[in-house]
This record gives sequence, structure tokens and C-alpha cells, in this order.
Amino acid sequence: MSPAQAKFEFTAANLAEAKKIIAKYPPGRQASAVMPLLTIAQKQNDNWLPQAALEYIAGLLGMAPIRVHEVASFYTMYNLAPAGRTQVQVCTTTPCWLRGSDAVVQACEKALGIKCGEVTKDGKFGLKEVECLGACVNAPMMQIGDDYYEDLDAASTTKVIEALKSGAKPAPGPQGGRKTSEPQGGPTTLTTLSFAEKP
Amino acid sequence: MPKLTIDGIPVEVEPGLTVLQACERAGIEIPRFCYHERLSIAGNCRMCLVEQEKAPKPIASCAMPVMEGMVIKTNTPMVQKARRGVMEFLLLNHPLDCPICDQGGECDLQDQAMAYGMDHGRYEENKRAVRDKYMGPLVKTIMTRCIHCTRCVRFATEVAGVEELGALGRGEHMEITTYLEKALASEVSANVIDLCPVGALTSKPYAFNARPWELRKTESVDVMDAVGSNVRVDTRGREVMRVLPRLNEDVNEEWISDKSRYACDGLRRQRLDRPYLHRDGKLVPVTWREALGAAAERLKAARPERIAAVAGDLCDAESMFALKGLMASLGVGNLECRQDGAKLPASSRADYLFNTTIAGIERADACLLVGTNPRWEAALVNTRLRKRHLMGGFKIAAIGPALNLTFPVEMLGDGPKALVEIAAGTHPFAQVLKDAKAPMLILGMGALARPDGAAIYALARKLGEGLKREGWNGFNVLHTAAARVGAMDLGFLPSGKLGDIGAVLDAASGGGLDVVYLLGADEIDMKRLGKSFVIYQGHHGDAGAHRADLILPGAAYTEKNGTYVNLEGRAQLAMLASAPPGEAREDWKIVRALSEAAGKTLPYDTLGALRQAMVKAHPSFAHIGGVEPASLAAFNGAAGAPGSGAFAYPIANFYMTDPISRASTTMAECTEAFLNGSAPLGADRGTGTHG
Repeated sequence: MSPAQAKFEFTAANLAEAKKIIAKYPPGRQASAVMPLLTIAQKQNDNWLPQAALEYIAGLLGMAPIRVHEVASFYTMYNLAPAGRTQVQVCTTTPCWLRGSDAVVQACEKALGIKCGEVTKDGKFGLKEVECLGACVNAPMMQIGDDYYEDLDAASTTKVIEALKSGAKPAPGPQGGRKTSEPQGGPTTLTTLSFAEKP
Repeated sequence: MPKLTIDGIPVEVEPGLTVLQACERAGIEIPRFCYHERLSIAGNCRMCLVEQEKAPKPIASCAMPVMEGMVIKTNTPMVQKARRGVMEFLLLNHPLDCPICDQGGECDLQDQAMAYGMDHGRYEENKRAVRDKYMGPLVKTIMTRCIHCTRCVRFATEVAGVEELGALGRGEHMEITTYLEKALASEVSANVIDLCPVGALTSKPYAFNARPWELRKTESVDVMDAVGSNVRVDTRGREVMRVLPRLNEDVNEEWISDKSRYACDGLRRQRLDRPYLHRDGKLVPVTWREALGAAAERLKAARPERIAAVAGDLCDAESMFALKGLMASLGVGNLECRQDGAKLPASSRADYLFNTTIAGIERADACLLVGTNPRWEAALVNTRLRKRHLMGGFKIAAIGPALNLTFPVEMLGDGPKALVEIAAGTHPFAQVLKDAKAPMLILGMGALARPDGAAIYALARKLGEGLKREGWNGFNVLHTAAARVGAMDLGFLPSGKLGDIGAVLDAASGGGLDVVYLLGADEIDMKRLGKSFVIYQGHHGDAGAHRADLILPGAAYTEKNGTYVNLEGRAQLAMLASAPPGEAREDWKIVRALSEAAGKTLPYDTLGALRQAMVKAHPSFAHIGGVEPASLAAFNGAAGAPGSGAFAYPIANFYMTDPISRASTTMAECTEAFLNGSAPLGADRGTGTHG
């Protein structure tokens, strides 16, 4: 159960956004909007959902609070306790692990000074070990906020974290120099194909 | 209708049924945990797997609709293997604590593991342990035993109408809990104990009290409200250990209210177990001979018009019939059974019955509640109303103070004003009732037990006559007392000059009555009985016994064979499950013995002879278990202008309404938890395996 936070209410902009989402569903089916609304609430509230937010959304959608709590506790992307304003999620599932995710986790722990599952004292960063995020082709990788940082090793991980700590926003995507998920070291097939415009 | 073959047996069933139901029609048992015929289908336990020809894998029969030409097999090696596999998975995390589990001996998991499971398990890892949850003073939880069938969640959401139970987390971490671990605030909450197929939810008051095979089971009826729920009374020796519901589709389906289930511990406390006589300023124990002699002497000495008899809310029809006979032979006409002063006429049975019948609610399409809170006055009528609401297309409105009936109700005002307008046809809801195919009106004691009750009755009755349709009678009175309809049927009503309970009490306090005979009557204002000699015949040391000058100890509803008539007019038999304590006797026998002492011997010596005489005088008692439809004649009672005061619902505390529930410690705990809202005392924190 999430710790007490007395009140929660959407900001005007978020409320408008929520109303737009609710309007997508036919009358009587407003409960379908519960997941996007939880996401908005979590973004508004420093990346976690207090009890008050669950009850606020339940009221907004005409659901019993327990039904909202069931949804929020089922999905791992909803945090029911403070999880850090910036959440660092390192994938440690098999492909990333084979490609050295242990080193990435260690680098994160060292750079942030916390262990997996903990939040820094200033509440700025949270570190979490997660299951596959579906970017195995660029393993190992981690998700920070909404961005993927890929092709990591200890050094590049530290660089990304340090940059974030200093308030900068490092460029997301592969950190090893390649473009998206193109083959490492340049193309190996269809090398003779020419994209030159025909005369 | 789809035809299908199940284990080679051709079966034809209605479309829309599931394969599991079709198998039941064919007489084949399918094991199940999550499926329950009164709840929605979840399909998550997988125990009901069967083989369907041409299907690549076993199907969950509870969730598969029947289709034309299906070939189902339920006894192939594939099905047996599937069941063994499911059973093994269910048992992975289930503790092996059957010897200390209260469900032992009546556990679905135990039985089905024996019938369909493997003879050994292969799981060698640690089992998971789940912290127990607080669900109130009635439901004990040992959540490590939970197999996540979600029957309790579906019951709370669908039948009880309190969406407070849910399953949090997922997979290995899924846990059933109430929201914020609050007590489950429903009047029918304890039915989840019967629904739970394992020992995760068990009865808190009955914890570690007895094993099912030690109990003697007696089929009986409940008297905690006027619904007449069918129950099974389980006794060990003399003691009533527990009360469980019994199936009756027309009355309680298979649920009972928490009061019906748990007030039974009140049967052990505050009992009157020997006769007492007021002598030299205090009650002293006397023999039956002395007690009956004293009573007879008083009754013979007083002039008939200076005697009154009041029947209580828990009386069986036999004792009231006997007492009426005794009073008639003494020439006494001051009889009364309406302790609350309800202005109920009794010119015909339809005047005071729930004419639509409880099952009939499901056919109604509009309903008006007048001065009644069915959730507290008749919890199982309320679950029927909710069931009807969930079917859709049901317009329901209420006149009275704000209500929470677990379904939305249109509130039309808190006093008689709205009723006057509807009766006059000027209120919009009058049109709703007029247009309805099967409209019903439920008139509660909150509208009748007040000075202008007669005027309100006349208004409601006039309105009720307009709710008649072909084969449909929409006029209903919702009684709160189990004995009331029986007493009205017997005519335990004034024929003397004291017209109602108010007049009786006025006469008594004014010195106009020499003897008042209270047959289990505890709900009247005892201070107003003045200096009259009060004979109290009953089973509990409650209000009546405190005021009494002479106490004749009687039997409670589990201790006698008696007839009770429920609010629909359904006569049902309560059966003797254990003997009354000490020198207490069955009530009709006491009255019979008293009649002999008074020299007016009643003409029957056995219960059979009494019943014969009763049926002869009142033929409605001949039809046990059924309802004789009563026709609603035109009402010719005096109408008047009703007052303007708001209706007040008759029950202030659902958990304590009669001498038995007031003596019950469990009901006291419920009052504390649900009405006074006290914090749970030391919420359970164990896991069942915490040592």
C-alpha cells in the first residue's frame, strides 16, 4: 500500500488530457481509461502514485478504489512508492546479461551511490533492475524516463548518468557509435546495392 | 437446442449453457474451484478441463459455451492427466496444514485432491507464505492457503454489492485483500466463508471449535428477520456450534445474513433456565408447579378486560395459537403482536403479506420503497433487489431518509409528501409505476409504526391496488419480525377495547391492567407496564424478563419444533436441534400446562393435535413450505391525512435486533466494528506458517 500523501488532483492541462482520453470510450466504459490516466498521474506526481491519486482516478472514472489498485499493482510500470523523479531501469534479461549488463548495473550503482531498488537521498534518481524491454539487438541497454540508452558498457553508462546528474540530457540511443540497430562495423549484406539516383 | 455427446451420452440442452452445465445435466461430475453457478465465470482455476473432440488441447468446460454436435469426453487419460497436472500446480503453494485447518473435512481442495490428484507431489522448493489480511470480526483469513479462485471477490462485487475485495499483484505475488484492509462492510459478508473452496477464509467466531463430522445437522429456518431463510443448525451435544445456509431458491437462494449465521452464540448466554417469581422485592427461583400456580391464580383473579397478552417477534405459531386459545377461554380480548405499534390491518392476508414474493422481485420492472431500508430489515430481500437491478431495466425509487442499498436508488423525499403526490398521480414516478408491466411497492415498518401509520397505509394500499396486473400483485409489506405474519394469520390481534400496543401500555401505566402476559415480548417500553403483574414467558434475560414478576423459561428457535411464517406468508418448520437449557420447556407445552392449572385445559396434548387444531382454524398453515397467493381486495379502511414528519427506519443497529442477537458477543463485535467504526483490534499479521 502506498504511503500517505494527503491530496492529489490533476493539473488543468492534465485534466483536459484525461478528459480527452475518457471521451474515447463509449458511455459506461470509462473504466477503460484507467491505465493512461494512471500514467498521467504518475508523471505529474514525481513518478509515483500515492493512495490519493488512485482514489482520485477511481472517483473520476466511477470505479471502486480497489479496482484501480488492482490495475496499479498488476503492472510494474506503476510505482506505488516514491521511485525517484528520474528512474533508471536496467535490463538484465538474458540477451543483455550475456552482453554485459552486470557491468552496467555496477556502473549505475557506483555513479548513483545506491543499490538496485533504492532511491537517492535527494529523491532525484531511482535504480531498478527490469525484465526485457525489447531492445535486445542493442544489448545491453537501460531505460531512463521515456528514453532508451543502448550499446552500453561501464564507461558509457557512467557518462550518461553523470551527465544526467549535472542536469544535461545526453542523447538517447546507441552509445557505441552505430546508428540505431545497423550491424556493428558496417553493413555485411547487400553491400553492392547502390542507392544512387538513376540518371 | 444444441445436441451434444458427453461420454457417449447424447444430451440436448438450452443454448447459452456451458459445457460444464451440460455435463451436470448428463449427470457427470466435473471438478471445479472457481466456477460457481451464482457468480460470473472466471475460468482461472483450470480444474474443469475436459477433452473436446477435434480440439487440439483440453478445454475449460466452465467457460466454453455448448455448440451443436460437440463431442465431449470427461474420462479419458488426457483429461485425467490434465486434472492431475492442474491439481499439482494448485497444491504447489498450498500448505500441508490440513490437521490444523478449520476447513478440514469439508474442503473442496482436500476432496478433489483425493479424487483427481496425484498420490505424491514433485515440488521441492520453498512454498510461498502470504501475510493474513484483516476482513472484520467474522471472516478469518489464512491467506497462505488461498488458491486465487476469486469467488470471494466476485461475491463481494456482484451479490453483496460492496466492491471492497480485490486481487492485488500478479502471478506468484497475487494476494486477495480488502481495500486498505478494512472490514468487509456487508450484511451478507460471511457467505464468502461458504464460497471459499479451501481454508483461506474461515469463520472467525467458530475457529477451532469443532470438526464437521462431530456435528449433528438439523434443517431448520432462521428467525433473525422475517425472511425465514432456510438454515442448517449444527449442534454438538446441547450446544449450537454454527448455523449455515440451506438452499431454497424461493427464499434465500444459498445465502444467509451475517446475523442469521452468527447470532447463535447468543443462545448460550443470558438464558432463562428455571422459573422465577418476584417475592419480597427480588426474583427467586421456584418450581414449575409454584410458578404455574402463581400465574393461574393471577389470571383467574383478574377480570378478563384487565388482562392483556403480547406476543413477541420470535414466537412460533404453535405457542401463539395455544396462548390465544387460553386467553379466549378466559374471555380475554386484549391480544397484540404488533409490538412496534405498526398500523397493520388484517382483514385479509394480502393486507400484510409480501405479495410479490421474494423470487417474484426478479420479474418486477419498477419498485417504490416506502419507509424501509431493506438492507438492514431483510438483507436477503435486498440482495434480490440488487440481483434484479443487475439484470437491467429496473427503476427503483425510495421515500425515506438517505439510503445506501448497494445499488442506485432515486430518493423522492424523506416524508409522506412524495407518497401523497404519487398516490394522487401528480408525481413523475406515478407514471413510471403506471407504465410498468410488473410494478411493486414495498411498504416498511418505518412508514407504519408511527401515529399517522393508518393514513399512510391507506394511501400506499390505494396505490398498491393500482399495481395489480394479470397474475401479478405488486403490494408488499416488509416485516421485520419473524413471528409477525404468523401472529397476524392466527389473529393474535385485539378484539377487546385496547386497540393497539399503545392502548395496552397506556392502560397498564394507568393502572387499568392487572396481568400482562408477555410471550417473548421484549421490544415494548417496559417502564409503561405500571403496577400490573407481568408474566414473561421467553428464553432470554432481556427487557421483558427484567421487568417480569413471574418468569416462565421457554425455548429458543433451535430448541423447539415450531412453525414460522415468513413475510411472504410461507409457513416453514423450525426443527428441534438441541434441548432447551435446564428446566426450560417448549413454549406451547408451558401454555398447555398453564391452561390446566387455570382450570381451562386446552383440548390438545401433543404437538400433532395442536397443529391439527391450528390448521383447522387457520387453513393457511396447512401448506408448509409454499405460498398461497392472497388476493388484494378493495381497501375500505379509514383514510386520513398523513403527517409531514420524515420516516424513521425501524432498525438502528442491524446486528442487534432481538434478545438472541443482543446476547451474542459476535454481534457485539460487529456493532463495534461496523457501526462504531472502531479500528481493528490487533489486525492479523501471521502467515499461517509463521510458527
